[in-house]
Amino acid sequence: MKFLPLLWAQLFRRKTRTVLTVLSVLVAFLLFGLLEAVQVAFESGADSADAKRLLTMARYSIIEPLPMAYASRIERVPGVVGVAYADWFGAKYQNESNAFAVFAVDPARYLAMYPEFEIAAAQREAFVKTRTGAVAGKILADRYGWKVGQKLPLASEIHTKSDGSLDWEFDLVGVFDSEDPAVRANTEIVLINVAHFDEARQFGRGKTGWYIIRIADAEQARAIAADVDRMFLNSPDETKTAPEKEFALGFARQIGDMGALVTRILIAVFFTILILTGNTMAQSIRERIPELAILKTLGFSDTAVTALVLGEAGLLFVIGAGLGMLAALALLPALNGATGGRFPPLFIDPETWVWAAGVAVVMALAVGLPPGLRVHRLRIVDALAGR
Amino acid sequence: MTSLNQILQITLINLRNVPRRLGTSLVVVVGIAGVVGVLVSVLAMGEGFRHTLASTGRPSRVIMLRAGSDAEMSSGVARDQATLLGSLPGVARDEAGRPLVSAELFVMVDLPRHGQTDPNNVPVRGVQPAAFAIRDEVRIVEGRHYERGVREVIVGRKAARQFAGLGIGSRIAFRDSDWTVVGTFESGGDVHESEIWADAEVAMSAFRRSGFQSVTAALADPSEAGLAALKAAIARDRRLSINALREPEYYAKQASILSKLIGVLGYSVATFMAIGATFGALNCMYSAIASRQTEIATLRAIGFGGAPVVVSVMIEALALALVGGALGGALAYVYCDGASLSTLNFNTFSQVAFDFRVTAGLLVRGLVWALVIGAAGGLLPAIRAARLPVTVALRTA
Repeated sequence: MKFLPLLWAQLFRRKTRTVLTVLSVLVAFLLFGLLEAVQVAFESGADSADAKRLLTMARYSIIEPLPMAYASRIERVPGVVGVAYADWFGAKYQNESNAFAVFAVDPARYLAMYPEFEIAAAQREAFVKTRTGAVAGKILADRYGWKVGQKLPLASEIHTKSDGSLDWEFDLVGVFDSEDPAVRANTEIVLINVAHFDEARQFGRGKTGWYIIRIADAEQARAIAADVDRMFLNSPDETKTAPEKEFALGFARQIGDMGALVTRILIAVFFTILILTGNTMAQSIRERIPELAILKTLGFSDTAVTALVLGEAGLLFVIGAGLGMLAALALLPALNGATGGRFPPLFIDPETWVWAAGVAVVMALAVGLPPGLRVHRLRIVDALAGR
Repeated sequence: MTSLNQILQITLINLRNVPRRLGTSLVVVVGIAGVVGVLVSVLAMGEGFRHTLASTGRPSRVIMLRAGSDAEMSSGVARDQATLLGSLPGVARDEAGRPLVSAELFVMVDLPRHGQTDPNNVPVRGVQPAAFAIRDEVRIVEGRHYERGVREVIVGRKAARQFAGLGIGSRIAFRDSDWTVVGTFESGGDVHESEIWADAEVAMSAFRRSGFQSVTAALADPSEAGLAALKAAIARDRRLSINALREPEYYAKQASILSKLIGVLGYSVATFMAIGATFGALNCMYSAIASRQTEIATLRAIGFGGAPVVVSVMIEALALALVGGALGGALAYVYCDGASLSTLNFNTFSQVAFDFRVTAGLLVRGLVWALVIGAAGGLLPAIRAARLPVTVALRTA
């Protein structure tokens, strides 16, 4: 610690150079923070997945419906402790730019399946009892200024009422939320009570979109999934069951090449920064060879001088990476505002910080080691003589 | 004349010395190549996506969906409605007098990417025979056309490239049946190349559907008035609750989220990257010139003027930047051009594939950017070197 002022003085020996270097490192880590936040958002479903939840969908395509009557049959499969189902409602509020996910669910079953959605007991009760009831994620309620107790007009893109109209109306009876940012991304939905919805819709009565199954033992996930699928094999509606995490990851992988692309961009960015910073660092050390020789004359060991050089590189990256990540953190709220809720909320995962620290250390070593080793081998006499 | 001569002399000396300062020069070149490479590739992605979009649909065609639906996936058009729509006078007819209209089924199947097992939502379009007369850009490039009434499909070129099991002769499992791939089609690089096409009637029975998702028709009169007349005819018929819009308008809307995402991603990455690397490149230029303080001072001591020194240093910087820019552009071209990418279109919930397009415009933009970095990186240190008093420069170096 006592060498910090010395490191600082060395670093700012040429202010312009150091400021430029810090800025380029800063920008690299700003990009890192932002792009990782996008990645995390794509995969947030997988992070918040519960290992004791399975999802069941139609075997050949996610858009095919399944009979609601499967619920009681799935419940009888050994190892299953709870079953819920949901159907895609496809909603717009007021106009098409206000689109969000709306699921038609059996309230008691669904909320029991997702204990991470926090909702007041009285509101939960009201949702179960109100056939036309709906509950909204707090993010949405805040965005549109909804108040519990109001009518909630929603236009479906898919489901017509028996009179052929696409305009539905529900009673907002509650709001739910979650503390965990990864889960909060999943609360950007409205849940409607399937009771009224199913009897009022023109087509598809008695069908639902997918099943969510809670099992007692996460180890049994594969076996139970296979049991469920075997039960419906060769029926008109065959199923495909897998752990929730697998579905979430599969969905993230549908975005597919985008993720790989982001990684490749980051590699190119860091490679470029590495070369540029490495060169600057080497140059800066080369200029200071006589000074470092004097330090050695004063009694600094070879290792100590190398450590000083490495420390300098480390300090450079700590400042640059820290500022860059902070800048990313500061930019995210604005970005979240700009996407207007069409995209899951971006946030910086604790894991991203760890990664950033790791990358900074590796970069500092890559940049600091070559000149550090050179300084280690330095002979005082040669250095002072300018050889 | 003398100053021109001086510039020429110093520039020649400088350029001849580049190999001796290979390390520093190389760093500048590689740094700028990195910036330009990333910039061009990211923009090429946006360019490719825009191209796919722009080449989808013709203004002379309309797509008709249930009023209130924004996408085919959520739309529904009953069989009798589809027949009614085909009989409207606003719809063009072929020589035989048959309406150029295709009522279409739009569903998805799960297919893995090449070398993977996770399912992807690949769109399947069931089309009526007139679809090929309406969309005359569709051509079979390999294999043959499917036979009507048979469980055969043709596959878009891009879908075949992205997803496994779409080679000619392979079988795909749909909901109730297995289908055989008999051909690959091309349609000018548009979004239909990400789809699988089959005969609408057979597909409807396989997917147990009774209605269509959309109706595509050629306009008899492609002008605004023609479209308005068609819309008015639809509005007059109380059996129809249908919204008709020109294809390009519809497909642009279908890609709105992805367009925005790619635009924001591309431009912000490119901008930040450019800024960051500009700092780095500036730095290298600075130190390259700082290390030549003695050399520059010596030149000035033997009579070369300040301005020629600045200009020649700038020329060297620009030359290095140009090499870097060309290298970066070339790398982007080699690695990215024509590479295809498939991702989930959030509007349609299905996969859309598009190719990177490294256009001449983008390469020029990359070179300009390289020159800007080179100029910014060279100018300030060059001026500084030229203004430093010769005695000071020689003593402090």
